[in-house]
Amino acid sequence: MHTPKFTLILAAVAAVLFIAFRFIGNDYLFFAGYTVLQYVVIATAWNILGGYCGYVNFGSAGFFAVGVYSTVFFYNIGQEYDFQLPIPLLMVIGGVMSGLLGLGMGYLTLRLRGVFFAIATLALLVVIETFVVNWSFVGGSRGAYIIPPSEIPILGAFIQYLFLLMLILVVLSLVAARTIERSSLGIGFATIRDDELAAEASGVPTLRLKLIATVVSGTLFGMAGAPFPYYIGYVEPGSAFNLAYSVNAIAMPMIGGTMTWVGPMVGALLLSTLQQVITVTISSAANLLITGLLLIGFVILAPKGLVGLWHSFTAKGKQS
Amino acid sequence: MQFDLLINAIIAGLMLGAFYAAVTAGISISFGMLDIVNIAHPGFIILGSYIAYIVSANFGIDPIVVAILALPVFYALGTGVYGIYFQSFEKRGQDALRGLAFFFGLLFVTEVTLILVFGVDYRTVDTVYAGGSLKLGIMEFPLRMLVPALVSIAMFAALQLYMSRTFIGRAVMAVSQDPQALELMAVDPTRIKRIAFSISMATCALAGAFLIVIQPVLPSSGREYIGRVFAICVLGGLGSLPGTLIAALLIGVIESIATTFYGPSWAPAVSFGLLLLTLAVRPSGLLGR
Repeated sequence: MHTPKFTLILAAVAAVLFIAFRFIGNDYLFFAGYTVLQYVVIATAWNILGGYCGYVNFGSAGFFAVGVYSTVFFYNIGQEYDFQLPIPLLMVIGGVMSGLLGLGMGYLTLRLRGVFFAIATLALLVVIETFVVNWSFVGGSRGAYIIPPSEIPILGAFIQYLFLLMLILVVLSLVAARTIERSSLGIGFATIRDDELAAEASGVPTLRLKLIATVVSGTLFGMAGAPFPYYIGYVEPGSAFNLAYSVNAIAMPMIGGTMTWVGPMVGALLLSTLQQVITVTISSAANLLITGLLLIGFVILAPKGLVGLWHSFTAKGKQS
Repeated sequence: MQFDLLINAIIAGLMLGAFYAAVTAGISISFGMLDIVNIAHPGFIILGSYIAYIVSANFGIDPIVVAILALPVFYALGTGVYGIYFQSFEKRGQDALRGLAFFFGLLFVTEVTLILVFGVDYRTVDTVYAGGSLKLGIMEFPLRMLVPALVSIAMFAALQLYMSRTFIGRAVMAVSQDPQALELMAVDPTRIKRIAFSISMATCALAGAFLIVIQPVLPSSGREYIGRVFAICVLGGLGSLPGTLIAALLIGVIESIATTFYGPSWAPAVSFGLLLLTLAVRPSGLLGR
């Protein structure tokens, strides 16, 4: 299937979803749906670096938070000079900021492979968090309030607007992931994942490819984070840098399957919906426990995730 | 007056560093020598803190004594975890990154379980020496820090002796260099690795007890130590116990000076920044091979 056709189909599915949600007309559905969609973007972003290149990023929450705090920063500046940037523009800015961070991280950690890279990302997360905690303009450890407008023209409720934006971002990131996967870029990424030394020896520009991956992945994280202050209304470092983002960003692709764009999406949709249900019915601590246990279980029992399970299931069906 | 402050900051840093050494000893063995990225290590240290807390709150036993009694329990826990790790990753030759995700999940599960059982309140223990301190001229040694620091150094010395003098200790050193050669000497590398990993886990019991003697503990306290322990381990040159001790003291002193002169909210950035710097500039560490 060609990319334009795929994009159209995906956009159509998104449109149907949005209209169906509006038809049901329950605002809670939009609230919960927003979180699920946000995780689809986060999981896809993680997978571009983690799944395609094999570089595990533990610092996802840091990239997400850079998007969050770039919005807080411009909101606060807007408060002082009496202007307000539209959220789509804030998402672009957040994406650029986080992409730059990705570029910086890429440069800093070029010499690191595998495990060391993973630990360095974790360290980066804490360094960024410490800076934000000590930066009083964006609220420091006290946190910052963002007052979202309650109504928006045409759509009505503000949450529907946020939901729509996130839906568009989901379409964008899935198309991006699928395009990367099928282009020569994706093949280059796969060579890095399988054997970086051999790839380099064969003339694959591993350095440039890794930088592209960190930038694309970082940008998507930032864009996912930028609308978050408007969604939550009050941002503090504890929520923006929540380790749950890092864990989910890894768990969702691992559970879904890291080889294709389908895996992170499936993993995010399932796991995040499950988390929403558990948070409402049991408790938010229990949902994190289940996420952790599922991650461990899948890593041990089904290294290729749900997609891998599905493939082996259908392959068996054909043989017999 | 500034000089007083500096001297005491360095002393506090050295004691803090000795404690960090105990926290990192296990990582130096598992990550440095065995190549097992036990990122869940700090989580198990917090588990050690909570065990010390429960027993000492209920029976009035000193937390460090509790930890010594709990060593076999943690040793057994280490054997169990290594068993799972070996069966699911090492034996199948799975890439290390999945093992990393496994330990990350384990860290998370440990933390959330502690939250579910104990809640998110700070927990502390009472020890007989908690309030006391030793004074030498302008130098001040709070016993709350001094006792863990001394026990920690004793533990470190014991570990170093064990690793360099006994057969198993030397085999552990060997397995990190060439498991195949070890096999040719009729030693089972898996058994050696299991023992070494169990020892690394046992150090969590002691490190956890030190932690709760020094400061109140939360289930999420472990996170602050992830970067710190890996920073120390990498700075110390992966798997070198003396290197680890030097690096731990160094980071302790730098952090303590940063806390004294710039405020505690900057302290975490010190070790993580150092880690990033080490990784970017000299990945083989201070005493690297």
